[in-house]
Amino acid sequence: MKVRTRSDLATLSSSGLSTLYPPGLRISVGMATCGLATGAADVYHVLHDEADRRGLDLMLVATGCIGYCQQEPLVDVYMQGRGHILYSKVTTDIASDMIASLASGELPTEGALAIIPEENSRNSKPLEKLAGLPLLNDLPFYSLQHKIILRNCGLADPVCLEEYVAREGYQALALALLDLKSEEVIDQVLGSGLRGRGGAGFPTGRKWQICHDEQAQPKYIICNGDEGDPGAYMDRTVLESDPYSVIEGITIAGYAIGASQGFIYVRNEYPLAIERTTRAVARAEEIGLLGNNILNSGFDFNISIIRGAGAFVCGEETALISSIEGGLGEPRPRPPFPATSGLWGKPTIINNVKTLATIPVIVSHGSNWYAGIGENGNTGTVVFSLVGKVANTGLVEVPLGLTLNDMLQGIGGGGLNGKSLKAVQTGGPSGGCLPERLFHLQIDYETLTQAGSIMGSGGMVVMDEETCMVDVARYFLGFTMSESCGKCTPCREGTRAMYEILTRIVEGKAIPEDLKLLEEIADWVKTASLCGLGQTAPNPVLSTLRYFRDEYEAHVRDKCCPAGVCRALIQLNILPDLCTGCRLCQRECPVGAISGEKKKPHVIDQELCTHCRSCYDICPEGAVEIARG
Amino acid sequence: MPLIEHPPPLAGGALLATLHNINAKHGYLPEEDLCYAANELGVPLSQLYSAATFYAAFSFKPRGRNTIKVCLGTACYIRGSDKLLEKLEATLGVKEGETTDDLAFSLETVYCLGSCSMSPVIRVDEDTYGRLRADHLPRILKKYGPAAVDA
Repeated sequence: MKVRTRSDLATLSSSGLSTLYPPGLRISVGMATCGLATGAADVYHVLHDEADRRGLDLMLVATGCIGYCQQEPLVDVYMQGRGHILYSKVTTDIASDMIASLASGELPTEGALAIIPEENSRNSKPLEKLAGLPLLNDLPFYSLQHKIILRNCGLADPVCLEEYVAREGYQALALALLDLKSEEVIDQVLGSGLRGRGGAGFPTGRKWQICHDEQAQPKYIICNGDEGDPGAYMDRTVLESDPYSVIEGITIAGYAIGASQGFIYVRNEYPLAIERTTRAVARAEEIGLLGNNILNSGFDFNISIIRGAGAFVCGEETALISSIEGGLGEPRPRPPFPATSGLWGKPTIINNVKTLATIPVIVSHGSNWYAGIGENGNTGTVVFSLVGKVANTGLVEVPLGLTLNDMLQGIGGGGLNGKSLKAVQTGGPSGGCLPERLFHLQIDYETLTQAGSIMGSGGMVVMDEETCMVDVARYFLGFTMSESCGKCTPCREGTRAMYEILTRIVEGKAIPEDLKLLEEIADWVKTASLCGLGQTAPNPVLSTLRYFRDEYEAHVRDKCCPAGVCRALIQLNILPDLCTGCRLCQRECPVGAISGEKKKPHVIDQELCTHCRSCYDICPEGAVEIARG
Repeated sequence: MPLIEHPPPLAGGALLATLHNINAKHGYLPEEDLCYAANELGVPLSQLYSAATFYAAFSFKPRGRNTIKVCLGTACYIRGSDKLLEKLEATLGVKEGETTDDLAFSLETVYCLGSCSMSPVIRVDEDTYGRLRADHLPRILKKYGPAAVDA
């Protein structure tokens, strides 16, 4: 079957509804990379085999990520007329028990986390509530969230086109192609106030307008899925969990600017995202939602998927273009901007995955609706990967204008293991570290920039009292140094020089003048580098110098690492009074530096010890002491 | 799967896709295949060579049957993935970037596997393992190459 009309879409939609809400049981296992990393595949197989063994008829689906990664593996059980419940931290044993309960007609209770509210179900009967179980949206992790970009993630089979359509998918494309002129689509995007979610925050509609107005042909649209910021995985999740939202978005973008060829550039490290996006593109081609004369509108559009090859700089738009052309991923000066001269010198739009995933919702719900979310000038929602030393890690989507406190304490639940928070890092290697005393700040493009960080693409790494801010700055400079493409001198040499100074500092070999030198070089790299990577590379240094100068000074002046992290400045000792001789640390030590008889206090051989702190982290008695300075 | 993607004129992404194909076939980029590809794509060999050296995904040296990637993304780093690397180096007897003598494992690091919520994380071939401690590693390695681990 080829989809040619709106009524064909309606047929697809009913088919999708019949699998989303089948007459019997549907069990969905969150199988994006994060779920798989904690054993979701084993859980899936147990559910499958146990159901088989007991002759239980069910629909078993591998979905994407619903965002609450801390609680993975997550399993969602839908039983018509009875309930729709999310189960967390499901082990293979729990999975086996779940099937036993379901086979006897009962909803399992073990591991039940929350009730998933029904959205599109044709079933209007009230659902059974397990005693005391909250609604998903009432959990602290979800209560401040507003899902637009992540609307389908974890709630539908990522490669099932019918389920995507059943959840309002392709309504926007039909509206755009059949009822709107390309200018009207651009007006919607302009009016929505949407800004590029890759991090720079340029108004998406304005970018499209510039490209639309160019006379040169052909034009191209590129989806930037080269998500290189360490500590960020928003784009991976969207491509793994809801690839059709991006495919629909890029198709609408193609129509708006007048391009008939699109590219989705995906990071090499994301094999599952590549696989699912490839399957989704093939399915859209097969059914006629890509290709010639889409929905009989006369509009042709095709998508090629490009697999990156492990170069951070390719996330920069001119480097990405060069990489697609077959050259090295090296940036070139702008202007000209790609919207006027991009791929093979033709007008080209590059939008982030999340930007494109937002487009269908803006087109179908209207610009005013979208502009009503968030704040004036910072409309809509942003996705963050909330990770690091925070109690609730996961992928969260919030309206712009929420405060950092809401994010870190409200959604994140505060520090890991009750430790107090020290800083939050946003924007990856281009961003900065903001201290706890600024957690009252709003999350929006301008506020974060003024504070010395950036919005970035959505990495939000939380740091606690046991994170050394100098070490973090050195980590980021190590990253930018090794990822600098080498084309321009300020970035190539400047990042190396800063890294060397930071290394002297963490090793306790720095002199007071080094801090001044560090600031000078940072300023020089910021001003003189060719592309965004170099211009922002000093941000982690500058922001930590601004807010955590005392930590730098402690390293330089007192040769002390207050957080107890920098290996050259600490020593680890086992306190004999507290050590129970359980041998956990002995097994954990990577260099075999710990010895002692069972049930007797152990000792660390200081000659062998590399100060990695594995023993400190694992000791259940708190018997390992870090001597600082 | 054809080795060469999109014959000339060079289409978008063809060069990278071809390098990926050669890499998938051999685990590295043999000179012979690069020469063949340069001819077929109609680009100078130097262009393939420069791309192959620019991108982290490619290597000119044969790799192990299994590739271990230790994630050094920000979240993994601050939650101690350097300790996982140390443990793997000690267990396998190779340093980062090296391959064991029996070609069972190549040990690599990567700046972020995008599984930050599960940090610290490693990936062996296509399998990702999260929430790790150093003492989890021997059991994971045994799934892939018991000989190398016992050695």
